[in-house]
Amino acid sequence: MSHTAPPAPEHADEPAAARVRHLTKTYGEGPATVRALDDVSLDIAAGRFTAIMGPSGSGKSTLMHCCAALDRPDSGSVHIGEEDITRLRDKALTRLRRDSIGFVFQSFNLVPTLDARENIVLPLAIAGRRPDPDWFDHVIDTVSLRDRLGHRPNELSGGQQQRVAVARALVSRPRIVFADEPTGNLDSRSGAEILELLRQSADDGQTIVMVTHDPVAAAYTDRVVFLADGRVVDELHHPTRETVLEALAGSA
Amino acid sequence: MIRAALRSLLGRKVRLLMSTFAIVLGVAFVAGTLMFSDMLNRSFTALFDATVGDVVVEPEVAQTADGFLSTNTVPAEVVDRLAELPGAARADGQVEADGVFVVGTDGKLVGGFGPPGLGGSWNDAPAAGGLQGLAILEGEKPYGGDEVVLDEQTAEKAGYELGDRVQITTGGERSTVDPVLVGIAGFPEGGSLSGATLALFDTRTAQQLFLDGEDAYTEVWVTARDGVSQTDLADQAEQVLPDGLVAVTGEQAADDAASDLLEAVGFLTTFLLIFAGIALVVGSFLIVNTFSILVAQRSRELALLRALGASRGQVVRSVLLEALILGALGATLGLGLGVLLARGIASVVGRFGLDLGSQSLVLAPRTVLAAYAVGIVVTVVAAYFPARRTGRIAPVQALRDDVALPETSLRRRFVLGLGLVVPGALAMVAGLGTVVDVPRGGWVLGAGVLAVLLGVSAASPVLGRPLLDLSRATLSRVFGFVGLLAGQNALRNPRRTTATASALMIGLTLACTMAIIGDSAKASVDRAIEESFVGDFVVSSLFGAPFSPQVAEQMAAVPGVERVVRERFGAGLLDGDQVALAATDRGEIGSLELVLDEGRASLRSGSVLVQESWADERGVGVGDELDLQVPTGAVTWQVAGIFEDNPVVFAPVLVSVEDLLAAGFQDRDNALIVFGAPGVAASTLQGRLDTVVDDLPAVTVKDQAAFAEEQREPIDNLVLTIFALLGLALVIAVLGIVNTLALSVIERTREIGLLRAIGLSRSQLRRMITLESVVISLLGAVLGVVLGVVFGVVLMRALRDEGLEVISVPVVQLVVFLALAVVVGVLAAVLPARRAARLDVLTAIATD
Repeated sequence: MSHTAPPAPEHADEPAAARVRHLTKTYGEGPATVRALDDVSLDIAAGRFTAIMGPSGSGKSTLMHCCAALDRPDSGSVHIGEEDITRLRDKALTRLRRDSIGFVFQSFNLVPTLDARENIVLPLAIAGRRPDPDWFDHVIDTVSLRDRLGHRPNELSGGQQQRVAVARALVSRPRIVFADEPTGNLDSRSGAEILELLRQSADDGQTIVMVTHDPVAAAYTDRVVFLADGRVVDELHHPTRETVLEALAGSA
Repeated sequence: MIRAALRSLLGRKVRLLMSTFAIVLGVAFVAGTLMFSDMLNRSFTALFDATVGDVVVEPEVAQTADGFLSTNTVPAEVVDRLAELPGAARADGQVEADGVFVVGTDGKLVGGFGPPGLGGSWNDAPAAGGLQGLAILEGEKPYGGDEVVLDEQTAEKAGYELGDRVQITTGGERSTVDPVLVGIAGFPEGGSLSGATLALFDTRTAQQLFLDGEDAYTEVWVTARDGVSQTDLADQAEQVLPDGLVAVTGEQAADDAASDLLEAVGFLTTFLLIFAGIALVVGSFLIVNTFSILVAQRSRELALLRALGASRGQVVRSVLLEALILGALGATLGLGLGVLLARGIASVVGRFGLDLGSQSLVLAPRTVLAAYAVGIVVTVVAAYFPARRTGRIAPVQALRDDVALPETSLRRRFVLGLGLVVPGALAMVAGLGTVVDVPRGGWVLGAGVLAVLLGVSAASPVLGRPLLDLSRATLSRVFGFVGLLAGQNALRNPRRTTATASALMIGLTLACTMAIIGDSAKASVDRAIEESFVGDFVVSSLFGAPFSPQVAEQMAAVPGVERVVRERFGAGLLDGDQVALAATDRGEIGSLELVLDEGRASLRSGSVLVQESWADERGVGVGDELDLQVPTGAVTWQVAGIFEDNPVVFAPVLVSVEDLLAAGFQDRDNALIVFGAPGVAASTLQGRLDTVVDDLPAVTVKDQAAFAEEQREPIDNLVLTIFALLGLALVIAVLGIVNTLALSVIERTREIGLLRAIGLSRSQLRRMITLESVVISLLGAVLGVVLGVVFGVVLMRALRDEGLEVISVPVVQLVVFLALAVVVGVLAAVLPARRAARLDVLTAIATD
C-alpha cells in the first residue's frame, strides 16, 4: 500500500473539505468546568484520510461531533464547503447530515428491522432519492457484501455489520465521512479489513475523518492531528505506527 | 430485593401510573356501583316510610300493571268507620290520580322518562311511624277550586313561584286547569317522590278533577294510637272493610313501593358492573404489556441481580411485588374515584326521577375489600406472565450486550388462543340457546364472549400477521421509506403490537355488536310499523299517559277526518302474572287490519284477541278461556282469535273498549288512530288535528314517520348510553397505545439517534411514530370490527324468534369506527412522537 500520491480531491474547487476556526466548547459549570475544546483551528483536506488522536478527555470526540453537526460549539465556526454549519438551524443541519455527511460508529448502529441493503440505502431513502446503481454496485463490491444484502444485522458478524455501516456512509457520496473508533468493537482481522476499506475509499477521492486512539489504525491515514486538553498539540503527515507512537510519547 | 423493587417503581412512576389508569377506572366502576347500591338499600325504606300511613286502606286492585290507577275507590263512609277503630288515632281519605302533568313556564311538561305525573288531595295526615310526611314548606295549604300546591322539585323545575298561575293537564274531563300556586310541599324529615311530579288540591277539588265529583277516595291512611302496632291496626281495619278493599301495613306498602324501584335500579347496577368488567379486562392487557416492556428493558439489570446471587424466585417475586404495590395504589385511587362516580350515578338517576336527596355515601367494608381485591388480583395476575419470564434470564446475560427475554413460541400462543376461542364459541351458542329459558344463560353467553375475545387476542400475533404485512407494504408504497420503517417497527414485536391493539379490539368488538343490534332493532321496528301502520295519524300522549275521551270526539268532528279509532290500556293478573291489556272500539276492529293466524277478528262481549308470540309463550289457543283479575274482580274472557304481532297494538291481549270499562278501568283514551277522508292533504289535516290538542302539551299527533321515530327513540338512547360507556374502553385503549409507543421510543433511543444522525428530520421521525401508532390502532379496529360483525350477526340470528327479524349492518357506522381508529392512532402518537423528536441526537446515539 502506498500513501505517497494523494489522489485528486473530488471537490477539486475547494481547498479544504472542512475548515474549523477558533472552536471552543466547555462542559459543566463552576469548578467542575471541563474545557473540551480550547480555540481549535484546523483544515480538513479534501480527498484525504485524516486521523484525530489523543488520550481520553483530549476533546477528540467533541471535535468530531462539532464538525459532524451532531453537537454545537460555544464559539468558533465550522465550514463545510462554503457553509458555516454552526449557524444552521435544525432543519438545515438534518439536511446537511443527510446529504453531505456520512457516519461510521464504534458500535455499528444499524437498524435491526432492516436488512443489509435497506440499511445501506437508508440515507438516500430518507431523502427520497434512488441510489445510483453503478455507484451502489461499486460500493457493494468494495465492502464485499454482495451475498449478504438480504440479511438482517443479527445475522451478520461484527465485521460484516461494520462493513454495512461503511457502505451506508459511502453510498450517498458525502463530502466527508466521519468514523468514530470504527475498529473499537472488532477483532484485529476485521478491524484491518475496515481500515483497508476506508483507505481505499480515500484513494477513490472520499474525504474521511477518523477518531482513534489506536496507532495501528492511525497508520492507515494520510495525516494525524494530535489533541491534548482541547488543543491541537501536534501533527504528522504520512504516519507509520512507529512515528505515531513517538509523537504520542512526545505529546503526552 | 424489596428495596430494589421499590427503587424500580419510583424510577418509573409516571409510566406505571399511566398503566394503572385502567385499573383505577375498573375499580372505580366496581366501587362506585357497590357504594351506589348500598346507598340505595340503606335509605330505601326510610325514603318510602314518609310516603305511606301506618295502615293504608285501598281497593284490592288499586293499580294496573302499568301503574295506571283504576276507577275503584274507597267510599267516604269507610273513612268514618276506620276513624272509630279502637286502635286508630285518625283516618284520612286521600285522592291520587296519574296522568296529571305540570306545564312549565317554558311551555314544556315537567317530568322525566317514566316517573308518573301525580295529582291529588292535600291533607296533613302523619306518615308511618309518626313521621311528618309531606308538609307545606312555604306558603299555605290549598283551599277551593282555584288553588294548588306543588312539590318543591316540580315548582323549581317548572319555574313557578307563589302567586303564579300554574298550567296543569289533568287527563280528566276538564283537560287543563290553571290554579294559583299557594304553597310548596316537601318532606322535611326525608322522603322521596321518586321523581314523580305532584300537584295537590283540596279534597273536594281533587274529587271533582280526578273522580268525576264522586265523594270517595283512592286510599285511606289510618294512623295508629300510641302503643298499637301496624299489624294490629291493619287486622282491626280488615274487620270493618267491605269486599274489594284491603288494609296493608305501612311497612308492607313502603316495601312494595321500594321493590319496583329496586328492580329498575338492579338492572342499572348489573349494567355498570359489566362495564367495570370490560374496563378491567382491557386494563389487564395494558398491565401485561407495560410489565413485558419494563421487564424487557430491565432484563440486563435483572440478570445482574441473578449474577450477584439472587435466586430465580427472588427475581420473579421482586417484579410481582411491584405489581402488588401498583395494584394497591390503583385500587386506592379507584376507590376515591368510585366515590365521585357513585355521586355521579346518584345525580344522573336523580335527573331521571329517583331523587335520593342528601343521602350520605355508604362505604361498606365489603366495598373496600372488593376494590382492593379486584385491583390487586387483576394487576398481579396480569404481571405474573411477564414476571415468570424474568426467572428464565440467565445470570451470564448481565455481561452480554443485547439481552433477549425468552418468549413463548407464537405457535403455542396460537394453540392457546384456539383453545379459548372454541369453547368460548360453544358457550356463546349454548348461552344464546338458553338465554330465554335459563336465568344463567346471560352469564354463559358473557363468559363465552370473554373467552372468544381473550382467545382471539392470544392468537392475534398470528392472526394479525397478514394485516401487519399488508400495512407495511401499503405504508412503504404511500409514505416511502418512513412508512417502511413504521411498518417494520409494528412487526418488530408482534406480541406487543397485537396486545396493545387487543385493548382497542375489545372495545370496538362490543361497540360494533351494539351498533348492529341497535340498527337491526330499529330496522325491525321500521319494518313492523311499515307493515302494520293503519290510518293517517296516531295521536298519543307522552309516556302513554291517558287523556280525556273528549279528544276523540273533537277529532272525529274535525272536517276532513273520516273516522277515529280509540285505543286504551289496562292490565290484569293472569295466574298471578301481570298481563297488559289493550282495547279498541268493538266496531272498528277491522280498521286495525290485523293479520289473523287463527279464529276470527271479533270483539264480541267477553271475547279477546291475543298476540301470536304471547299465545305461543303461554300455550293459549283459540277457544281457550282466560281467567283474569281486573279492578272489578274476576272476569273470564274467551280467545276468539290470534293475530300476528303488531306494533300498533301495544299489548298482547286486545279487548273491546266496552269490556275494559266494565272491568273497572277509567274512561280515558291512551291512543287514537285517525283516518283522513280521501282528498284531504295530510299537512292540512295535521294542522287541524294539532289545534284540537293545543292545550294538551302531552298529547301529540304523529304521522307514520314521526310515529316510527318515536318508537325508535328508546333504542337510540340505549345504544348511545352504551357507546358512551364503551368510550371509556376507548380511552383505556388509547392510553395503552401511548404507553407502548412511549416505552418503544425509550427502548429504541439509540436507533432513533442513529436515524437522526444520518439525516432523518424531526417531522419524518414524528411521521414514522404516528404511522406505527395508526398501524396498531387500525389492527385493533379491523379485528374488532370483524369480530363485532360476527358477534352481532350471530346474536341477531339467535334473536330472530324474539321479533327482531331484520339483520341490518350499519356500514357507515362501522366505517366511522375505522376512521375513528385512525384518529385514535394519530392522537396516541402525539406525545411519544414529540418525545422522540426532542431526543438529543448525540446523547441518543451514545445510549446503551
